[in-house]
Order: sequence, then structure tokens, then C-alpha cells
Amino acid sequence: MNDYTFAYLDEQTKRMIRRAILKGVAIPGYQVPFASREMPMPYGWGTGGVQVTAACLTPEDVLKVIDQGADDTTNAVSIRKFFQRTAGVAVTEATVEASLIQTRHRIPEAPLTEAQILVYQVPIPEPLRFLEPREVETRRMHALEDYGLMHVKLYEDIARHGEIATAYAYPVKVEGRYVMDPSPIPKFDNPKLSDSPALQLFGAGREQRIYALPPYTRVVSLDFDDHPFVASKADHACDLCGAGDTYLDEVIIDDAGGRMFVCSDTDHCGSRRRAGHVGRLGVPGKEVA
Amino acid sequence: MYVAVKGGERAIENAHAWLAEERRGDRAVPELTVAQIREQMALAVNRVMAEGSLYDPDLAALAIKQARGDLIEAIFLIRAYRTTLPRLGASRPVDTAAMACIRRISATFKDAPGGQVLGPTFDYTHRLLDFALMAECDVPPAPEASATPGPVPHITGFLNRDGLIQTEAAGEATPPDLTREPLELPASRPLRLQALARGDEGFLLGLAYSTQRGYARNHAFVGELRIGTVAVEVDIPELGFAIEVAEIELTECETVNQFAGSKTEPPQFTRGYGLVFGQTERKAISMALVDRALRWRELGEDFLGAAAQDEEFVLSHADNIQATGFLEHIKLPHYVDFQSELELVRRIRAEAELAQAQPEAAE
Repeated sequence: MNDYTFAYLDEQTKRMIRRAILKGVAIPGYQVPFASREMPMPYGWGTGGVQVTAACLTPEDVLKVIDQGADDTTNAVSIRKFFQRTAGVAVTEATVEASLIQTRHRIPEAPLTEAQILVYQVPIPEPLRFLEPREVETRRMHALEDYGLMHVKLYEDIARHGEIATAYAYPVKVEGRYVMDPSPIPKFDNPKLSDSPALQLFGAGREQRIYALPPYTRVVSLDFDDHPFVASKADHACDLCGAGDTYLDEVIIDDAGGRMFVCSDTDHCGSRRRAGHVGRLGVPGKEVA
Repeated sequence: MYVAVKGGERAIENAHAWLAEERRGDRAVPELTVAQIREQMALAVNRVMAEGSLYDPDLAALAIKQARGDLIEAIFLIRAYRTTLPRLGASRPVDTAAMACIRRISATFKDAPGGQVLGPTFDYTHRLLDFALMAECDVPPAPEASATPGPVPHITGFLNRDGLIQTEAAGEATPPDLTREPLELPASRPLRLQALARGDEGFLLGLAYSTQRGYARNHAFVGELRIGTVAVEVDIPELGFAIEVAEIELTECETVNQFAGSKTEPPQFTRGYGLVFGQTERKAISMALVDRALRWRELGEDFLGAAAQDEEFVLSHADNIQATGFLEHIKLPHYVDFQSELELVRRIRAEAELAQAQPEAAE
């Protein structure tokens, strides 16, 4: 892989992406068009996040890659390996050790710090897309701060279901201005978007958009006074580490409908178990490396 | 008891090894060479070059071999390689009027200067399986005639002389490049043509066909279809003149379409244009029809709500590498989002059941 430059992308491309990132940081929540490149992995597999990561990485960085909260899911493994090969950076599974974390669908449970960058992979960056398919229209709506359609949609949800029937990719408003898609994270993670000490960057490769939340940006999940936003999760504790405050995966464990609930954030779960926490089905000590 | 999706790294490595073995197939059968693919699967090579946006028959053949004949996968390999290449310069516009044609037909005139040349076409073959090809058999050389000297002028040029077809003014502006700048809408015609030239052949074929069947119908004649090689010239600043750096094969299609005229303009024919790498005439004709359908605004026609007229729809969905990536990404784990939906549906169902059980409490 020596034929490629550091982190794969050529320097001109990285500069172009950094400019888009800077513009995104300057206008929090605004979707900045950028000339997304074809990457050696498919569109939809995180090419936007990969390009943002490539543009931010320095040789001193420690990289963590997660998908569904886990470091060992196949696509997380694949992306981590890509940067090990093309950038030779150190990698880690520990959230606290990482200086740059690329994620798909989750925000780590451990609080982030000012020394960290969180890069999200974004499939559809436009929060209004499923209400209005035309980009020309949605850009106009953002420009005019015309978000009535979104409020009508949320209201119709309440009328039909008694609550806002959006469980992930729950729309947020950034610093009272732009409505933003937080990527398909579960709405449980939405509160972590706001006032985060870390820089949060969002890359959508196929849709050619980058947007950003600078540190300590106010991010509010859309709701109504009489139907306030609730960050929901499965009503269980983790069966491995016993945590009652983490987002859980539901795992079917037998043919009789038996289930267990485990932390989706594998690093968080593992460090809790190493610290001696044991859940309903956990085995103390066994997971200790 | 708990078996999570562990060991992703080893699973990936083993999957790759298996894939390589499957690609090779039965080892008792001789391995395909890249040269064989380049020479004997030339139309597949052409499609990969066209939609991969890289003119290199050897690399396209390699990509086809590596992709086990999956042409979209091969196009993807070429695109991912292309994006790493430096831009050394831009060529002068190629002169298709000076093309050395191997095929040149017009459906609008029985004959024209330069003549009709069928060339190597499937058009009048009977689609009967040639079982002789099951065995290796030598093909006798095709009869040859000496090349007709002299230029082969564009057919539409004859119409142009009489003012019967709309003149396309040459622009001085550098055409935009959607591989270097994000696609912004509305797009100019050069940008649309670039997107169409890279677009998926099947998608464009379907759209073009829909215009023929009445979705924004604009009856198209193939004014001219030509295939052949053109010289690629690059201006060398140190020399002060252009030198020829390559010869490439192209397919060019110009359609002649009706135009009813308006209050300000008398009736006149209009054009659709297709230009594609290699011998790729289905794609070139499709491109010309879709190009013409997308020109409704500049030609003062009505928007009929047809897909082929809808610039944002066409340009957003023509790229098969974007499409296949996003389509296939739903294979990736989505269990975090699914879990949140599961909880939502359970909660709403529980509330509904509660309301049914206690009807008086519902209101």
C-alpha cells in the first residue's frame, strides 16, 4: 500500500474535505456539499465517515472504529484495517484511549473529552428527505428555516400513535437554527449530542455532504411541550455487566423465545465486567483479559 | 451461551480466501488471461471503461477477471482506482468529425457523403446459438476493402446548413467535472452529459425506452450513429502546440427530434446527444434520448411529470456504483436501529391493548 499517500486520499482531496469540515464547524448543523471521492469500499458502507476520518487523521492519532456500538462487527473491523494499512495509525477498542472515533449508529456510553473527535457515518444527511424528496426544495426549506413540514409530521405521529413514532435518526435542532439528522443513532443517544466536549463530524459520501457540531453546541431533539422528547431504551439491565443505563441489544438465545439483553457498546460492557460488575447471565472473571 | 458476532476479522479473511477460490473455479479448466478478456469480451470491457470513466482496456479486463464477470463490481474497481490517479492535464475536445469510423449509419438519410457502414454489428444476425463455438474453431478472416479516403461529415451538419435543426452554440467555458465538484442542481447540459456518460446502461436504457412509450414522448430518429477511433490531443505549454497522446474508440449518437416550434421560433428539429467510450451503441442511443428528454426547459416544452424529464431524479439515480452501494448496505448490521423500532412498536402496541381493555379510560 506504499503507493498511496497517508490515509489513502491525496493531499489535495484532504484539503478540500478539511475546507468543507471547517465550513461545517463554522455553521453548525448546515450540510456542506463536498466533492466526495470514490473510495475502495462501497457507498453506503461508510465512505463519508472514512473520508472525514482520512482528512482528520494525523500519524499520532489513536483510532477506534465501531459499528452498532461494537468494535468487532465486520464493517468496523474492515474500516479499522483500512486505516491500519493506509495510515499505520495506532488503534484501540477503548473509548478513553481513542483520539478519533469513527462510528456507525451509536455514540459511545463513556463521556467524550475535548481531546476527541467523533466521526459519524451518515446514509441520508437530509432530515427532510422523506418529507420532500427534492434536494432543490429541501435546501430552500433550510435556507428559509421553513420546518413546518417536519412539525406537521411529528404532530401526525402523535395523532396516530400517541407518540412521535421515530426511534432512530431522530431529528434535532442545532443552536436554534438548522434542523439536522443525527445519523441513524437510536434516540437514546440524542442527549449525548448536546454540549459534548468532543468535536462531532458527520460525513455522507454518496450524498456528498459534510456537517458538524463543534464542541459544546446546543442540540435539542424536536418535540412538543405536551409531548416532550424521551430517550428510550429496552426496559432491562445488561445481562452481562448489569448496567441499567446503557443502550441494549436484544439477543435471541433459544428456540423457545428466550432472550437476553446486552450492552451494544462492547467496550463499555467489557470494562464494567473487568471492574467486577456482573449481570444476570454474566460469568464473573471469565471476560477478564 | 451468549454468542455475539465475534471474530469478524478472521471471518473476513476466510471469506476473501473462499472468494478467490471461487473466482478461479475448477482448476482443471485453464485460467482466463486478461488478454483473452480484453480481446474476446471486448463489449464487456467497453462497458466497464465507459461507466468506470477510465479508458484502459487492460485494466478493465483485469477488473472483469477480478470481479468474476460482475460488470458493476468491475466498474467499481475501476472507479476506485481512477480516483487515486493524478490529473496531469486536460485534452483538447476530441474531433468526432475526424473519426476513423468502423461503423456509421444514419436512419434519416438513405445515403450521405461518407456512406453507410454497417461495421461489426449484431443488428442483422439471427439470434441462433452457434454451437460451433462450443468447440474452439478458427474464424476465417473477414473480407476487406480499402478504407474510403476523405472526411466523414456529421449528418446533422447537412440539416444545419438549411437551418432545419437547432444550432448548438460552442461554449468557451470549461465544462464542470462532477468527479471533482459536488453535483449541484439545476445542472448545466455539459454536467448532465457527463453524468449520463458515466451512468448505468440499464437505467438509461429503461428511461430512454419510457420516453419511446409515451412518458415524455419526443420521437427520436437516429440521425447518426458512428463508432470509431479519434485522436486525443493535449496542449503542451512548453511546446506551444498540441500533440497526440492517444487514440481512443468512441461511440457517438446524434438523434434528430421533433420540435413543434413556438410563437417566436418556427418549427425546427432538435438534438439529443450521446458519447460513450468504446463500442457501446445501446448506451449511446439511450443517452441521446435521455439527454433530449432532459432539455424540455431550454426548449420551452412542458414538464409532463415523466421520470426521464426530471433532472434531479435522473442524475441522482443514474450512477450504479452509488446505487449498488446504498442498496447493498442494508446487508450490514442494523440491529441498534431495529432494536429501537422494536421497542417503539411494542410500546405502542401495549398502549393500544391497554386502551382496548379499558375503553372508558381511552378518552
